Amino acid sequence: MSRRALVNVLIVVAVVALFAVPLLVDGGTSEYGGTDAAVTEELEADGYTPWFDSLFSPAGEVESGLFALQAALGAGVLGYVLGRLRGRRTATPTAPAEADPR
Amino acid sequence: MHIAEGFLPAGHALGWTIAAAPFVAHGARAVVKEVRENPESTLLLGAAGAFTFVLSAIKLPSVTGSSSHPTGTGPGAILFRPPVMALLGTVVLLFQALLLAHGGLTTLGANAFAFAVVGPWAGYGAYRLTRAAGAGLLPAVFAGVALADLATYVTTSLQLALAFPDPAGGLAGALAKFLGVFAVTQIPLAIGEGLLGVLLFRVLTVNARPELERLGVLRPAPVAATPGGVA
Repeated sequence: MSRRALVNVLIVVAVVALFAVPLLVDGGTSEYGGTDAAVTEELEADGYTPWFDSLFSPAGEVESGLFALQAALGAGVLGYVLGRLRGRRTATPTAPAEADPR
Repeated sequence: MHIAEGFLPAGHALGWTIAAAPFVAHGARAVVKEVRENPESTLLLGAAGAFTFVLSAIKLPSVTGSSSHPTGTGPGAILFRPPVMALLGTVVLLFQALLLAHGGLTTLGANAFAFAVVGPWAGYGAYRLTRAAGAGLLPAVFAGVALADLATYVTTSLQLALAFPDPAGGLAGALAKFLGVFAVTQIPLAIGEGLLGVLLFRVLTVNARPELERLGVLRPAPVAATPGGVA
């Protein structure tokens, strides 16, 4: 494995650890409620009533699916672009920097 | 960072909408101009939009025992300057407001101002300052991407504090309260997002060198680029 690939893998491991370690250390005692929801609950407890409701509120499971869809669309496009860029580099024998007009 | 639908008083909702609108309109023009003048940018523009699309869809746990979203607006702001993200970020927010009941139409202006205007500008500023201080590309990317995330949530806290000042502590008290909910939870997320930004730019410096040079992120290399020679 090249040094570059190794560093990339280490970054991925660091990111995973950053979010996995709190989960493990915590031992399942926290709810991990969203901060957005925490604020609305607090405001409602203080007596605020929202004056407008979402036009469309998906049920819990559907909402998870739509969030997954959003992530999938983004990841798909990102993967497509990075794959194309990599393919372009590995397909051209000359270094891309030399092909740049400036 | 999403202030829920109907949770800002009408005057505030309107005010933030008016404040965000020119940035978004200017951003739309910036995107059209970029695509028209540099069609070869379209791929990277897609990557920048896709990055914020993925990251803002994911709820991540934090050390505080609550969870929150990263923003993903930093890389686009660094690559294409912040105006472009004003449009792309608002598109993300609109998607979430309409389909996910996350955020809302009445709070779209406020959320766009935090997520698509302040976040990208703060991130871009941090990136430029870090580079001007002599740091390499990747440390500057880390600073920019992490700060774009954090600044978004600080702005949201400020928006909520303005709308709901604390009866006892006033604006400062309310700001401390909302920052307590958002900012602390967000710190590990901002670090994680910064690392992902570094990872993205490590891949881009190898595979998209001509684009990065044209966008001024990398200086044109006098000799043929060697993989791994960029940091």
